[in-house]
Order: sequence, then C-alpha cells, then structure tokens
Amino acid sequence: MLIYILRRTGAALATLAAASVVIFIFIHLIPGDPIYVMLGDEATPEQVEALRTRLGLDRSLPVQYFYWVGNVLQGDLGTSIFFQEPVTRIILDGAETSLLLATVTMVWIVLLGVPVGVLAATRHGTWIDQGLSGVAMLLASIPTFWVGLYLILIFAATLGWLPSSGYPSVFEEGGISNLRYLLLPSLTLAAPNAALILRLTRASMLDVAKEDYVRTARSKGIRPRRVVTRHILRNALLAVVSAFGFTFAALISEAVVTETVFALPGIGRMVVQSILRRDYPVIQGVILVIVCLYLVINLLVDISYRFLDPRVELE
Amino acid sequence: MTRSLRPFFDFFASRPVALIGLVYLVVIIVAALGANALVPYPPEQIEPVNRLSPPSWEHWFGTDHFGRDTFSRVIYGSRLALLIGVGVVSFALATGVPIGILSALFPRLGRVLMRMVDVMMAFPSLLMALGLIVILGQSVVNAILAIGMVYLTTTARITYGVSLRLREETYVEAASSMGASTLWVIRKHMLPNMISPLLVQASFVFAFAQLGAASLDFLGLGAPPEIPSWGNMLAESRIYITRAPWLLFYPGLMIVLTAFSLNLVGDALRDRMDPRFREMLGNKGR
Amino acid sequence: MLSVRNLVVSGGKGSAQIDIVSDVSFEIERGKVLGLVGESGSGKSITSLAVMGLLPHPQLWVRGGSIELDGADITEEPPYLRVERGHGGVAMIFQEPMTSLNPVLPIGEQIVEAVRVHDGSTGVTARNRAQELLDMVRIPDARLQLNAYPHELSGGMRQRVMIAIALACRPQALIADEPTTALDVTVQLQVLSLIRELCDTFDMGVLFITHDLGVVSELADSVAVMYGGKIVETGPVERLFNTPLHPYTAGLMGCVPDPSAGHRRFQTIPGQAPKPGEITHGCRFAPRCSHAQAICSDDAPTRVTEGARHFAECHFPISRGA
Repeated sequence: MLIYILRRTGAALATLAAASVVIFIFIHLIPGDPIYVMLGDEATPEQVEALRTRLGLDRSLPVQYFYWVGNVLQGDLGTSIFFQEPVTRIILDGAETSLLLATVTMVWIVLLGVPVGVLAATRHGTWIDQGLSGVAMLLASIPTFWVGLYLILIFAATLGWLPSSGYPSVFEEGGISNLRYLLLPSLTLAAPNAALILRLTRASMLDVAKEDYVRTARSKGIRPRRVVTRHILRNALLAVVSAFGFTFAALISEAVVTETVFALPGIGRMVVQSILRRDYPVIQGVILVIVCLYLVINLLVDISYRFLDPRVELE
Repeated sequence: MTRSLRPFFDFFASRPVALIGLVYLVVIIVAALGANALVPYPPEQIEPVNRLSPPSWEHWFGTDHFGRDTFSRVIYGSRLALLIGVGVVSFALATGVPIGILSALFPRLGRVLMRMVDVMMAFPSLLMALGLIVILGQSVVNAILAIGMVYLTTTARITYGVSLRLREETYVEAASSMGASTLWVIRKHMLPNMISPLLVQASFVFAFAQLGAASLDFLGLGAPPEIPSWGNMLAESRIYITRAPWLLFYPGLMIVLTAFSLNLVGDALRDRMDPRFREMLGNKGR
Repeated sequence: MLSVRNLVVSGGKGSAQIDIVSDVSFEIERGKVLGLVGESGSGKSITSLAVMGLLPHPQLWVRGGSIELDGADITEEPPYLRVERGHGGVAMIFQEPMTSLNPVLPIGEQIVEAVRVHDGSTGVTARNRAQELLDMVRIPDARLQLNAYPHELSGGMRQRVMIAIALACRPQALIADEPTTALDVTVQLQVLSLIRELCDTFDMGVLFITHDLGVVSELADSVAVMYGGKIVETGPVERLFNTPLHPYTAGLMGCVPDPSAGHRRFQTIPGQAPKPGEITHGCRFAPRCSHAQAICSDDAPTRVTEGARHFAECHFPISRGA
C-alpha cells in the first residue's frame, strides 16, 4: 500500500516537474517586456536595467528557472508586478471564492448528475430516458456565460431575488448567507458538468447491467430495486467517482468564464486579468498551483480506488 | 459513390433526432456559403437611428448598439463558426493521429510521447488556450491553433488506444510478420479501421470547439472584435442584457444549436460503431 | 416436478420476429439429472434462461407454452416474484464463474444475500448458514473464505461459491448452464461429482446444459438433444447412446473421440447449424443430414417412439433398418 502511494506520488511529482518547465518556457514566450509594462514607456534605459537586475531578469533562462523553482520550494511564488504583493497572498485571496464555488458546484453536479443518470438508466429505452439524455446533451452544448447572463437577467435584474455579482468573503464580512452570491454562478457552472456526469452515470449503469454477476443477483430472487442499488449502482459508480476528481480539478479553471460573468474575485478571473496585464509571476504561480491541484486530486482518486475496488490490489 | 453512401442515409433515416441535427448542419453550411446573397443588410452597415431596436419586419433579430442588423451578422457568424470547427478538427486530427499511431507502433517513442500528452493534459484546457493566444497574438488562426492544441491531446489518446487494439489484432500482426513496411501497415490496416472512431471524435471536437471559441471571444481573446462571430456578438452585447435582452438570444441560440446538432450526430454515429472502440470515446472532451 | 410444455421463445421486432426456441417440452424429476445437449446457438441457454424467468426483456420473451413447478405456473415469473408468491425455487449456476460473481462484494455477503431472501434469517444466523453452505460445497476454511473477494479465488472455487449461492435458494430444481466449460479438466470432474452428489443428497432435479456428450454420459439419467431451437431426440441415457434415432444425435456421437477404436477418428457433421429463423419448413437438420430425402425439407417430421420415453422427430430414424 505504502509502496503504491509512494510510486504514484513519484509519478505525480515527475509530471509536476515537467509541467513547471513547460509553464516557465510558455511564460517567457509571451511577447512584451514586463519591465516596460511596470515602468511605462517613458522609463529611461538606466531605470529599466536597474529593475531588470533587481528582478533577476537579466540572467540566463536556466538560471532564472532554478532560481524560481528554488523559491517555489520555499513557498515563495514571487511578487506580482501589478499589485506589488506576494503571489501566494493573491492566490490565497482568490482561493476562498474559487474553492467554495467549485465545492458548491460539485455538490450540484453530484446531486443532479448521479440520481438523474440512475433514473435514466433504470428507465432505459423509454421516453423518460430519451428525454433526460436529450436534455443532458443540450445542457452540455450551451456556453456557460450565455446561461449565466440570462440567469442574472431573470433572477437578479428582473426578480431581484439574488445578487447579480461579486462575492464578499464569508470570513471577513457577513456569514454563511454569503453563499447565496454563489447560487447562480454555481448553477451556471454545474449545468454542463452535471450533464456529463449524468451521461456517464447512465452509460456506466447500462454497461454494468449487462454483466453476468447482475444476472446472478437476479437469479437469487432479490428484489429489482436491491439489484440496482447493491449490484449495478455500486459498480457503476466506480467509473463515475474518478470523473468526480477530474471534474473538480477542471472546475477551478473552467470557472474563468463564470467568474468573469458574475464578477467573482476568484483565481480564474485573476489569471485572465494577469494575462492581459502581462503579470508573469501571477500567471506562473496560478497555473502551477492549478496543475498541482489537478495532480493531487488525481492521486487521491487513484488511492481511493484501492479502497473502493478490491481488485485493484492485485494489479 | 452512391452505393457507399446508401447505408449512411438509411442510418440517419432510422434516427430522426440525429437527422434533424444533420439537416441543421446543412442549413448552417448553406448559410455560411451563401451569406452574401442571403442577408438583407451588409453586416457592417451602421444605422444609428435604429440602435438596439427589438425584432421587427425590417430587422428580424433586432439591431445592436450600432444599429447593425443582428440577423445579417448571425448569418455571417456561421462562416466563422464553420471555419473554427473545420480548422480545429483538422489541426487535432493532423497532429493527434500521427502521434497516436506512432506511439502505438513504436512503444519506446510512445512512452515519451504519451508522457508528454499526459503532462499537457494536466494543464487546464481553457487556461492553456488563453496562454497560447497571448503568446501567439490575437487572430482567428491563432484561436484555431489554441483550441486545436487542447484537442490534440484527447485525439492522440484515442488514436493511441485504437491503434494498440488494432496492432494486437491478428491480421496486423500477420501483416507485419510477413515483412510489410510500417507505412503499408498504417495505410492498409490501421487508417481504414480508424475512420469511424475518428469521425465520432471529430464531431465531438467540432461541437466543443464552438463552445471553446465562444468562451475565448467572450473573454476578448478570440477572433478580433471587428469579425462578426457569434461569441463576439455576445461579448459586445453583454452590457445591454437588461435593455435589449434579445440581442444575446440569437447568437447564443446559434452556438447552442450548432454544438447540439454535432453532439447528436456524433452520438448517433457512436451508437452504430464497433463496440470494441465505443468505450474509448466519451462525450467529455472540452 | 418441473415441467416445460411447448415452450416458444421469440425475439426481434415486428416482421423480423423469429422463434429462437420452438415447441420445447421436457420434465425434470426429483433426484434425476436431465442433460440438455446441443451445439452453441441451438437455443439451450435461452431455454434455461426462460425456465429461470431471466430472459432479457424486451429483446426476448416467451411467446407460448408453459413452465410449471409442482403444479404452479411460473412462466415468465422472475425469481423475486417466485419468492414472493411462494412458488419455490429454481436456482441456476452459470457458465463463467469468473464473471458471475460481483467483484466488489466479499463472497460471504453474496451468499448471505440469497440466504436472507429464501430463509428469512438475518445477522449471525444467515452468516452461519452461509458458512455451512461453503462447507457443503467443500470449500476449505469456510469461515475465513466468507470474507474473500471473488478475484482471490480460483475458477473452480468460484464455481463452488456459485453452487453455494444456488443451494442457498433451497431449490427444488437446479439449472447448470455449461458449469464446467471454463474450468481446468481436473477441476471439471470435481465440480461434476459435486453436482451429482448434491442432486442425490437434496433430492433436487437438475437440468444440466452442455455441448459435451461425454459429460452427459457420466452424469445424466436422461438426455434431450436440441437442434435449431427444437428438441430432436430425448430418452434415457443408455438407450439414447446405444440406439440413437436421430441422425443428428448419431452425428454428435461420431464427434465424440473413441479411444478404444485404436486410431482416433472424428466423424464430423458437415455444414453449420442454422441461425434462428433460417429454416421454417420441414426438418431443420435436413440440409446437413446424410439420410435426408425430398420430404425432409418439405414436411415437419413426426414423432417416432422406440420403447417408453425414447422419442425422436425424424422421417427416417436410423436405428430402424438404416
């Protein structure tokens, strides 16, 4: 068990190392000199050189890379050129919104996607199944921001039930009721993802229903409902659970558009703005953190499989 | 030619929903090709008097904040939608398929290439596309490249999976043991058997390319703003959502219907496909 | 005890509807084994699923005939309804022990599940019963093995677990669908003798489905030979082996290697078994039959009798003069 975890962690770290090189190279391919962005076009060459030396941008790329990695390992992701603040601080500021949004969205996805997927599968071939599958495919075909804008129009602008934008921190001001700021964004973000989980649950249930052991279960004389919950669902969810992991990791970055529509102060919106401002350290830091999150979640999914599926042990 | 198309039509005749999707796609193609002749107004024609007017006989879908005819712009928008779709699919296939096949045929090379694909997949797709746009600069071609890069990985993975299966199948083994050249094996045995899984993958990629392009446009990093793409129309009209909600309706609807139709067609094709490959094609590329 | 009369199982939609099993009748008696023999595609597995009430709807359904257990009509009753209505047990073991057990549940739980339904017991009582059943099918260390997962057991052990599950249903009749085909030869014999022994101990009727006439001659009391969805010959095992009436039965026996013949000679049946619905007129075996004459492909053969309980459907039965 320990060996397995260590091996998977090693593989994840190797991927992370490769990813950090890619990020570093990508960032330095971005045209435009951040020094001029910071100082403005009127800066004198002396000022430019001084700042370049201070930021270490005059050294060779490999040196800059190891310098960066060294700092990252000490928990220092650099300083934002635009805000003149540590990147870790900026990421932590956005993390609350992003993680809460992703969590609430994930709750919707699980609550809507799985039961409806099960319903569609148990009604396989009927109009209920065809209708639900069709709706799911439609939801997966809608741009999230389009839905978001109309939700704002209906529930915020017209009916005035919910706030249209922004999100004040639960910890700094207001209480848990601030979560209502996340209601519309989370539904917007959940729609296409819940649709995909629905389709996956349904397909997985239908696959498992064809298995020989389901026929064995029926032959024992247990009730159809119990055959579904204990034998079909349990095995079908194995495939779905791994999708939960990927989905959660993807939500952080997919939220870019949703956070923009609802003006939420999350990591996604921060990275888009930083890209437009050529704020290298922030882009670098945020992408590294997101990639890291993706790898950690993947690792957790892999490890959790050892508990969910007794067969994995042998392989 | 007619004989080989026959089962294709029979198939769609038995799947009415997929047929509707197919018909819609044909309509879009016609609209894109014949845009010049079809539209009542040039898409750039400005009528300040008629700013933000609701749908009427003169302007079926209303007008935008410059008084430009939304219907005409929506029709022209289908050009870019098709261009993006075809471009992204071509790029993803042209890069992903060789990577997948070579990785399956040469396991050593495959380990390196597939490892690289894994690393690329660890990057959040939308952020990767945004980053590429910033590096390459904002243009239609670069938008295609940026979105195409995202689907390069999924296409390579699928091709790899299918190729591995095909390689193990006896006839390919037999062919290579008889001294057939690699190129011959690829051309005679691999590619013909890959057409249907790749066709399914292509229709899903085409669908998700529409959504990806719309997101880039919306963030102001997709097609240059002067081009009437559906995503740009949505981005421009966004601030008028309360004053002129219809402005956002039609371009958005076009995106939804296009992506939906492609998904319907892809799904129908997948259902008919060889069960060996069906499981490899999730409808989850994004 | 268990009697199947004129069973017809159909599949397909509308005009494409075809009979996969047509007019099949047989009886299973307590303490006796009936071997149902045929090539793959002859409809023997479908027949067994129909008897079990497990036909995959809506692809397949019983179009005619009846299945009765001790006088109660159980046609198209799925197992859980049979339990509810107190119609007593038919249990089944399947061909693939590798895939017939749920991979994520310990085998104990899978046996207990059946015990609970059929005994109404729970908790420790049900678990003790499960252990008893494992002992009965000769699984060593039964108490420990209750917690084992299927993948930790060999194929033979898994098939024993399947038999334990079947016994938990307290069956009057047991259907075994090629239960040894997927197993090693040495294990095959053990499983076969276990089935025979349990049949005698519990006075169960057994329907043993196989394509292997050798297995049937070892195990069965009587035999029914299926071809193209029909039973073409049925009779007590020695009579059928000594004086086969139907050319198909004789052909099958020609396929059985006979080591006593010094040199091995396989006499095979030319051609291929018909697909369901392919032949609707006359005798279904006619195209492959060396004895066939014009009438065979036109008229359905009538039943011929050779002593009590030995029947065949053939125009020109062989043991009489041919």
